[in-house]
Amino acid sequence: MPESSLETVAVILGNHGNNGTRLMQILRETQEALGWLSPETITAIAKGVGWPRAKVEGTAGFYSFFHTRPMGRYRVLWSDNITDRMLGNLDLMQTMCQKLWLEPGRVSEDGLVSVDTTSCTGMCDQGPAVLVNYRAITRMTQERVARMAELIQKQVPVAGWPTEWFQVEDNIRRADILLNNTTKPGEALKAALAREGNQESAANARSWREGVNAATRGPSAVLEEIKKSNLRGRGGAGFTTGIKWEACRHAPGDERYVVCNADEGEPGTFKDRVLLTRQADLVFEGMTIAAYAIGARKGYLYLRGEYRYLLERLNEVLARRRDMNLLGTNILGHSGFDFDIEVHLGAGAYVCGEESALIESLEGKRGVPRNRPPYPVTVGFLGKPTVVNNVETLAAAALIAAKGGDWYRDIGTERSAGTKLLSVSGDVARPGIYEYPFGVTIAEVLADAGATDTQAVQISGPSGVCVADNEFGRSIAFEDIPTAGAFMVFDYSRDMFEVARNFAHFFAHESCGFCTPCRVGTTLLKNLMDKIGDGHGTQVEISEIFQVSHVLQMAAHCGLGHTAPHPLLDTLEKFRPAYERRLKYLNFRPAFDLDGALARARQMTGRDDLAAHLGSSE
Amino acid sequence: MTAPIRKLRVATTSLAGCFGCHMSFLDIDERILKLVELVEFDRSPITDIKQCGPCDLGLIEGGVCNAENVHVLREFRKQCKILVALGACAVNGGLPAQRNRLDLRDILEEVYVTEDGLARGSKIPNDPELPLLLDKVRPIHEVVRIDYFLPGCPPPADAIWKFLTDLIAGRTPVLGHGLLHYD
Amino acid sequence: MKTSNSEVSAQANARGARAKAARPAEANNVFTIDGREIPFEPGQTVMQAALTAGVFVPHLCYHPEFRPHGSCKLCTMKVNGRPTTSCTLPAAPGMEVENNTTEINDKRRLLIQMLLVEGNHFCPSCEKSGNCKLQALGYALGVMSPHFTLFYPVRPVDASHPEMLLDFNRCILCELCIRASAEVDKKNVFALSGRGLKKHLIVNAESGRLADTDFAPTDKAAEVCPVGVILRKRRGFAVPIGKRTYDLKPINEQADRFKPLTPLPKEEF
Repeated sequence: MPESSLETVAVILGNHGNNGTRLMQILRETQEALGWLSPETITAIAKGVGWPRAKVEGTAGFYSFFHTRPMGRYRVLWSDNITDRMLGNLDLMQTMCQKLWLEPGRVSEDGLVSVDTTSCTGMCDQGPAVLVNYRAITRMTQERVARMAELIQKQVPVAGWPTEWFQVEDNIRRADILLNNTTKPGEALKAALAREGNQESAANARSWREGVNAATRGPSAVLEEIKKSNLRGRGGAGFTTGIKWEACRHAPGDERYVVCNADEGEPGTFKDRVLLTRQADLVFEGMTIAAYAIGARKGYLYLRGEYRYLLERLNEVLARRRDMNLLGTNILGHSGFDFDIEVHLGAGAYVCGEESALIESLEGKRGVPRNRPPYPVTVGFLGKPTVVNNVETLAAAALIAAKGGDWYRDIGTERSAGTKLLSVSGDVARPGIYEYPFGVTIAEVLADAGATDTQAVQISGPSGVCVADNEFGRSIAFEDIPTAGAFMVFDYSRDMFEVARNFAHFFAHESCGFCTPCRVGTTLLKNLMDKIGDGHGTQVEISEIFQVSHVLQMAAHCGLGHTAPHPLLDTLEKFRPAYERRLKYLNFRPAFDLDGALARARQMTGRDDLAAHLGSSE
Repeated sequence: MTAPIRKLRVATTSLAGCFGCHMSFLDIDERILKLVELVEFDRSPITDIKQCGPCDLGLIEGGVCNAENVHVLREFRKQCKILVALGACAVNGGLPAQRNRLDLRDILEEVYVTEDGLARGSKIPNDPELPLLLDKVRPIHEVVRIDYFLPGCPPPADAIWKFLTDLIAGRTPVLGHGLLHYD
Repeated sequence: MKTSNSEVSAQANARGARAKAARPAEANNVFTIDGREIPFEPGQTVMQAALTAGVFVPHLCYHPEFRPHGSCKLCTMKVNGRPTTSCTLPAAPGMEVENNTTEINDKRRLLIQMLLVEGNHFCPSCEKSGNCKLQALGYALGVMSPHFTLFYPVRPVDASHPEMLLDFNRCILCELCIRASAEVDKKNVFALSGRGLKKHLIVNAESGRLADTDFAPTDKAAEVCPVGVILRKRRGFAVPIGKRTYDLKPINEQADRFKPLTPLPKEEF
């Protein structure tokens, strides 16, 4: 390993205080500097953080965006969500590979470039999208592919590529309280600090953090407002935020953490990207208010690796907030109110959206969901009580702090307070972000987005629910269809089997591999869908899908495994003909291509006679 | 008067196997006398019948390693109402499947071209009489539908006996401790 | 056929009620498995209590000397009607647990089959045959075939160490060697890398070779593998067929072997 590389690693390690829990950032920065994570680099990092080498290698090996072998100086990753497919990403990728003389997934022989697919990059309203060296590029066309191939061949640094390629649109189509927010940075926080709770309340009887001004009644007053608002988590599960905060506040321990989950990995979801672009202050303010309510001194925003381009901007916002004393010590002159936020970047692992996996990743480990109980509110980051909330939840919490729980509760439906951001993509005239009060019907959203001839909507991503046209009267609400925000629209020209097949591939790629049913089962489902898709399926494969799905639903370790069969089961229930028209045979079909299995032997013997071939059935 | 019970017609064969399962079958010893009161044999190494006729039961030893195995297996599937994977190789490819991690090119070249002791000018045989090898050895359930599996290397004679007598008596075969094993 | 669930729970309730009347204080720490009363110590998991009471629970990643792990999912049971991983679930009074039922064992069989197709499990040539938990559970659950299409992954063995051999073909990713090496041996010889189906065991050396680690045959990690990955060289097939651990009695009649030791090591962060 060259001396200069060792020095680079040493500097990065130094910047992070040789702290192993910062391993994700250390690995990313090292890779950005050196191109890949060689065995020697990993040894050096392990030595630096004082961790067993194998543990560092284990983390590096877990995330899609870390490379333990060289992947070329240009790494092009095509977002491969179904919406990218519908916009023709595969043809574009093929053209690119032809122009660069390479196969997908392989590094070119000169070590210059590799082209591959990656899970949804959150640009569904402006696809087909790619990541080039982990920088997002949107709206790919044949022209852009040709130009990009040229730039790569001429070895023009990515920083010198046309700036308009990196333009990410917000595409806000309908705004409500969140996206129309005009409160100034600090306004909600001031309102929170000014609030005084009922002195008699049980929550108030406890000091919110040992050693802090005992007269401070504000925190429980804020908590009361959040509870009053009936705010529920926006990440999909819908847990009541006030109860989560209260549980964390009351959990024993003298250190607490606030974590903002911006690992927006659910295919078809991109609303957090827009919130972090347009309302970053509101999100950070929500984190700060949460910190005030629970007594946390440190917060992390876990940003998915695909949104790497937002890192510098978010850090600027944080710096500005520190200057304004909205972060730091004695915030807004409030003695003992110390809190700061750091942005932590992920590296391509959908499972880290699960809160305990996210915490593991924050600690520098493989993003594997923990056994629960205990839940993060009592045993979270570094074993301390931790609140993990979605970006949208925290933004809403800031608004509630500013305007009160009663105000918020009056928006939406009785059981679903507030608004919901929907990421609308697919077969619509106006893809983008739509913010509605809860209770909006699917039909209303479709009409607003200019959808016609709609066959189905996949709500809340592959892990959510696939809704057919006879259900478009249903509404977006916790009491009807809860959602993390994805709203992918498919018109009648689309093949719902291919939609489900794309999702089956997604889950097989993203399974963390911790538990047997998900590790093996997601691949079995993928293989079964491919067999049907390739025209070799029978009713046997369909019944196998049900069988494997039931094992996943019964025995998987976390939500990823439990929900992985959803797109298959939903489409089998609602669009079964899409499967059945692919079944060309009544009975058993071989598990593999028999004639193809003889190809190697034919090549070796030079034979091509009748006996050198096998038909696929007797 | 009850009508005499028709004897069950049974066929057996070995594909990519070692005939060990057949040997174990013969280890049922004198019970074979009882068995032939209940069954008669069609195609089998025991009868030397070359083509399988319509049968009630087919026992397949060995996995599928070449094109001929596929043809034989398909013939059995077509002719036998019930088809049984007999022994480890039929069940999961067994010992022959341990070549699956190797590229077929490397295997053929080493065996026919580069290995020490080969005659000068040796090459990979290409006689159309010889069945071509599949790139991987496969268990038989990946090529045709299989009704029962009887694992073991080989399955013990007592297991084969228990399996056959259960089946003939119309019971779902259950092996139980000591008779069900994979080695 | 099994007794219907409602019948079982009705009987259990009746017994539970009698027990409560007789011994009000202790009787609280009791739950039922398949209608049988299982006493437990506070802090015990459902599986630990079951094994202590002599009720066998299928498992691969559990080991009596280590904290529960919860990854193999063989121990999945239904607790008050909900499927749950029993090795990580704290026991609670009055739970009604289903363990040895047709429905649950059907799913367990499929889990075994998933493991059988994921790796390369050729028992006839495996030194661990007869002492292998995966195999023994296959027997106990009546697994007759791998059922699915075999993956036949390519996983080279590591024979670099003079005394020990790693045959990754058989690895079921239970992480017992990782835990033993970290918690008991304090060496961290093993870890996992990769994700999903590409997840695999690695060793703590830049070369990737076991010989370049400080692994020793006397390590705890050398003896915890439930299958045939971590093997002593020149020591194979020492016990004749018929005399091996699971030749003598099926694994489901050996619940006592897996009784938890107390106290268990504490969780570390």
